Amino acid sequence: MTSPLLSIRDLTVRFETPRGTVTANDRLSFSVKSGETLGIVGESGSGKSVLCRAILRLLPSPPAQVTATEIRFGDQDLQKLTPAGMRRVRGQDIAMVFQNPMTSLNPVWPIGDQVSEGLRIHKGLGRSSARKEAIAILNRVGIPNAAMRIDDYPYQWSGGMMQRAVIAMAMAGKPKLLLADEPTTALDVTIQDQILALLVELQRETGMSIVLVSHDMSVISETCDRVAVMYAGHIVEMGTAATIFKSPKHPYTYGLLRSMPHIEGRVGKLAGIGGQPPDLSRRLPGCPFAPRCAVASAVCRERPICLASLDDDHATACHFPERLAELERKLAS
Amino acid sequence: MTVLEAGLDTRRRRSGLLREIASWSPSLKVGVTIMTVIVLSAIFAPWIAPFDPNEQDFNAILMPPNLTHLFGTDVLGRDIFSRVLFGARIDLVIGFITTYVPMTYGVILGAYAGYVGGVFDSALMRIIDVAMAFPFLVLIIVILAILGPGVQNIYISVFILAWTMYARLARAEMMVERTKDYITAAQILGFPRRRIIFRHGLPNVINSSIVFSASDFVLNILLVSGLSFLGLGIQPPNPEWGAMIAEGRDFIRQAWWMATLPGLAIVVTGVALALIGDGLAQRLGERHHTTV
Repeated sequence: MTSPLLSIRDLTVRFETPRGTVTANDRLSFSVKSGETLGIVGESGSGKSVLCRAILRLLPSPPAQVTATEIRFGDQDLQKLTPAGMRRVRGQDIAMVFQNPMTSLNPVWPIGDQVSEGLRIHKGLGRSSARKEAIAILNRVGIPNAAMRIDDYPYQWSGGMMQRAVIAMAMAGKPKLLLADEPTTALDVTIQDQILALLVELQRETGMSIVLVSHDMSVISETCDRVAVMYAGHIVEMGTAATIFKSPKHPYTYGLLRSMPHIEGRVGKLAGIGGQPPDLSRRLPGCPFAPRCAVASAVCRERPICLASLDDDHATACHFPERLAELERKLAS
Repeated sequence: MTVLEAGLDTRRRRSGLLREIASWSPSLKVGVTIMTVIVLSAIFAPWIAPFDPNEQDFNAILMPPNLTHLFGTDVLGRDIFSRVLFGARIDLVIGFITTYVPMTYGVILGAYAGYVGGVFDSALMRIIDVAMAFPFLVLIIVILAILGPGVQNIYISVFILAWTMYARLARAEMMVERTKDYITAAQILGFPRRRIIFRHGLPNVINSSIVFSASDFVLNILLVSGLSFLGLGIQPPNPEWGAMIAEGRDFIRQAWWMATLPGLAIVVTGVALALIGDGLAQRLGERHHTTV
């Protein structure tokens, strides 16, 4: 097995706020192999987006404090890079796509300029060759008539087209890793599908790795090889997509899967997870999910969690993964 | 090229200046029209003006407005209409320079401070706080008292002070703008900071400064007129509006036109610029909302 493209060990992100220290990411460790898609799933506020920004060192400090034993990309230690070196990594090696395409493009410049800008800065292309290249990329991401529409302004495009343009901007640098932070959340379902398909296609062509952040289990299940489930700043379960979706070993993952609406069967009330995610500024000593967990015991509330391997490629932070059967029985009744 | 493409193409070419003007609000149209007339008459003053602005005619002293002297004459028999026309050249140029030179570096400094934050930002804001703690006019007069009266010194004193408002505006907007996704996207694409601030940020933060500059223009014309009135600005016999009002003040009972008509020129220019400012605020605001 080759060494992973991105490996992260004990990444902790804290924000100093007037209300106290908020721990947005708590000792996260994971790795992404070359050509693989890692899905990160979790509800709002579980620290998914912060994670992406922390990898790219985009969090302003203060208030953010990022610590990690390792953030390694290929053979580079991202924590030790100079700002200039980091800029090279950002432009060339790691790219990112955001949730809202309407705000990810600068409203005052034509789209073509924005796509070709990176080519001109990082590849040193001239104006006309960068423009040609930009047209080619826009064509590739499925903009019909790209040569004609390249001088349009963002407001003239629809959300789906803008997201394609944002992906084009990201792909222009031929990145090895694409961080996709909820790339389909702001789009309607049919466009969602097209964008995901596009990402998968581009991945097949270029062999890049994707970290796909989403709160949508169906998006994750369709596209990802491996999945990390986040809750309250922790990774609570990690494994291959098949294992996570078929035999989850954490009550939270189980709850998430249960709360997905099914297309067959009676339309009834959706099964939710009772309670609220914890306030990240007050750290619980034990498992953060314990207050909402139906099978939690006193030990859960006191013993700090850590990700423990169940088998080769499946790890859970639950202290008692064997209690899941009990949980299923309880929820079924 | 297919038929569809051809159709798209002509549609795009037809949109131009006329279409832009048609979309303006009434206040912008009226303001721009008045301002155009004023600017044109300032440019063509030597051809429009019936008399030399400094030519004295002692046979026609303190003449009320009539057909030869549209705005009447002053104590030295100079034609006030000609003087108002030539005055526009002085007032508009000074107003323009005192508005847009400080705006340029004020916006640049403010945008930079708003983006980078930290020590530079705090230092700049403290300097601005100090400058703004004093009444603007008083500070200008103090500086002029030290440097001596004259156009050059008005420029120097305004350049020292007037950028602060623009820096504040641009800073505040940049602080909002820098958290937006397209700025983060530019950071992720590894663009240099200078480029992000000035190419991506600046065009998005400059609107409020442009709108403010229209009203600032009025205030600066009033400032120069006021200073000239006080004898600190343009020196006689140059035909500056404020200076002309000052000259006419002593004769306000006998010859109302001496002070009133140059004053009216200031009022009309002020109204035109205010209308432009108002219209611009609407126009740029509109555009802002449709894109966000």
